[in-house]
Amino acid sequence: MADWPRYRDDAPVNEPAVTLEAFLEQPEAVAVRIEPGADVRELVPHLARLKLIEVGFPAFKDGRGYSAARILREEGYQGELRAEGDVLLDQLGFMRRCGFDSFAPAEPIEAAKAEAAMDRWPHHYQKDAVGTVPVWAKRHG
Amino acid sequence: MATMYQYDQYDQQMVDARVAEFRDQVDRRLSGELTEEQFTPLRLMNGLYLQLHAYMLRVAVPYGTLSSQQMRMLAEIARKYDKGYGHFTTRQNIQYNWIQLKDAPDILDDLATVEMHAIQTSGNCIRNISSDQYAGVAADEVCDPRPYAELLRQWSSFHPEFSFLPRKFKIAVIASPGDRAAMRLHDIGIEMVRSEAGELGAKFFAGGGMGRTPMIAPCVREFVPVDELVSYSEAILRVYNRWGRRDNKYKARIKILVHETGADEFRRQVEEEYERMQPLDLDPPRAELERIEAFFAPPAYERLEDGYDTDDPDFRLWAQANVTAHKVPGYAAAAISLKPVGGIPGDASAEQMDIVADLAQRYSLDEVRVTHAQNLILPNVKQADLHALWQELEAAGLGTPNLDLASDIIACPGLDYCSLANARSIPVAQKLSQRLSGRERDLGELKIKISGCINACGHHHAGHIGILGVDRKGVENYQLLLGGSGAEDVSLAKITGPGFDEDGVVDAVETVTNLYLEQREEGERFVDTYRRLGMAPFKEALYG
Amino acid sequence: MIILTGNDLETGDVVWWTGSGWSRRVADAAFVEPGEGPEQAAGIMHREMTSRAVNGAYEVDAEDGEQGPVPSHIKERMRAAGPSVRPDLGVQAEG
Repeated sequence: MADWPRYRDDAPVNEPAVTLEAFLEQPEAVAVRIEPGADVRELVPHLARLKLIEVGFPAFKDGRGYSAARILREEGYQGELRAEGDVLLDQLGFMRRCGFDSFAPAEPIEAAKAEAAMDRWPHHYQKDAVGTVPVWAKRHG
Repeated sequence: MATMYQYDQYDQQMVDARVAEFRDQVDRRLSGELTEEQFTPLRLMNGLYLQLHAYMLRVAVPYGTLSSQQMRMLAEIARKYDKGYGHFTTRQNIQYNWIQLKDAPDILDDLATVEMHAIQTSGNCIRNISSDQYAGVAADEVCDPRPYAELLRQWSSFHPEFSFLPRKFKIAVIASPGDRAAMRLHDIGIEMVRSEAGELGAKFFAGGGMGRTPMIAPCVREFVPVDELVSYSEAILRVYNRWGRRDNKYKARIKILVHETGADEFRRQVEEEYERMQPLDLDPPRAELERIEAFFAPPAYERLEDGYDTDDPDFRLWAQANVTAHKVPGYAAAAISLKPVGGIPGDASAEQMDIVADLAQRYSLDEVRVTHAQNLILPNVKQADLHALWQELEAAGLGTPNLDLASDIIACPGLDYCSLANARSIPVAQKLSQRLSGRERDLGELKIKISGCINACGHHHAGHIGILGVDRKGVENYQLLLGGSGAEDVSLAKITGPGFDEDGVVDAVETVTNLYLEQREEGERFVDTYRRLGMAPFKEALYG
Repeated sequence: MIILTGNDLETGDVVWWTGSGWSRRVADAAFVEPGEGPEQAAGIMHREMTSRAVNGAYEVDAEDGEQGPVPSHIKERMRAAGPSVRPDLGVQAEG
């Protein structure tokens, strides 16, 4: 059982996540790891069989993984979407809204603090990958 | 009550939540839970830098509009937490130079009481959105651009996908053919336009910027319908966030991506993304646009006639230089110069800010604007009140009659305040204004812009005359550039040749202005004469 | 020769390593030896930053002047004194 923040009811996927290159050559693989420079749209034809997509954050300042996550969710990916690496407390809320639903931070984050960070914002100005009702929709019911 | 956006419960709760978050982050930094490396992007997203002398806080002035109440709070913060003054910047913001980290959350709390904040005034995110200082009163505008700047302010605030971009991202929104916001020198420049059918929309430019590699933004779309500003912006940002360079900080701005990808291919990628976004309904409904637009409805102007008495010669001088036509008869927009001869460009004391707030309340329907040229504007003054206003400005040392003249110099803080700077900017501006002010009326419109390093906060690339401070073996040295413009005749200035020392560059500017006076033809500004003659005669005059 | 500088974490004040603590006056600065040892530049900076006695410490070249160390580069002299255009502000104004 993973001891990191996870927002899914199903069991964590324990299959090893293979590289994008390997995944595209292995029809039986169900878990893939995406590095920041990759084009996640290459995964679109294979989303139905994927159970885990792990997006690497080698440095917290590199924000490409946020776009990767949103694209995957926009394309209908329903499986586990994990942010792995230099994942910090103050980024969890953004990541969650981009569609990440599990987190494997290199430095552990206490669950209570993670919860507080997720609940920090009473509203959001934008639509996002998790169906948030944006402020403009609240205003105009 | 000023004509400006007012927070509802949602906006207020967001700003309040941000202050609470930052207070927690500061506590975690002070307790050691966060390292400086982890804390730096967090404090930068709240406008807090560690500068040459102390922490520096940059407060957002969204699209340059302030009420008198907000201006009073800016004065109060200068007194309470700083050393009694603030500095208005080239992106219409204000920064304080002597802030203590432990006070920063309290300052943000105070700002939140007047619907202000420091959100995203720094960091690799979408920065405060700038606009035309004459928005809403300019005779040449197709609409007031500020509602659309506000729409994008909300969209870009705490954007979950675009808070860790390759580099900072600056947007300007204007709504007139006259460009008073250096729109095409922004990462995204937006010009509100009407289609042939009369529909309101926006022309988008992307990939402009100054800095190390100055570029003028190409147009990426001639017309985006007004209800799709958010989704089209989102498409541009997504292409940039995914493919903007992250291997080299100096090549990370969107201008490099557009340049390296090619404008046509970049446009194609944005269009493709825009197409994909259509079914996501990312744009607020028309009712939300109308809600925001309503805040900017023209105030209750009186029915007045144009014309006012300019018998007083000193007043006439000021009115000729600093007063701009207003779209409503009998009104004018009056510029308050923050460029006294020999002074520090853009600095205002707490007392001056209070005076400006008071004057705005009495003479300008409660409104003040900040300009990218580091001056202030009272946008709604009755022409009949101009003389009385001028007298009060004079008494406060705020009546310098030099708008767009030689002593109205843009200068970044430079090495006097900034840890990135290579040379001082302010002393050069001070000496130049003293040297040139006596004949600035003869010189006519002349935009001198000084940066203390290659980052170009002083917009030297966009100066009719630009000056760039460099470090030459530990000694301050100044390069001279000619022929730039940040206006609708946008162009990038070119370096004349070898640099000068501080006094040398002041002499050099005088030399090129002398050549202009000798060579100009009827009606030509300095930059027009330069464009007609080219660099050669100026080089000859400078270097023989 | 080198001296060490940084900022006070809470106040942001520019401070200089004196050999036993941090002072706002560059004249109080102590010359230090380069190296990782506990009383050498990198060692001192690491220890002082870890304990948050200072923020963002770094080494500065300096010469020995009549009143004490004087930074070689104009930027550090500006940090030590205050803005040249506001002699009424910063350490320079404190006499």
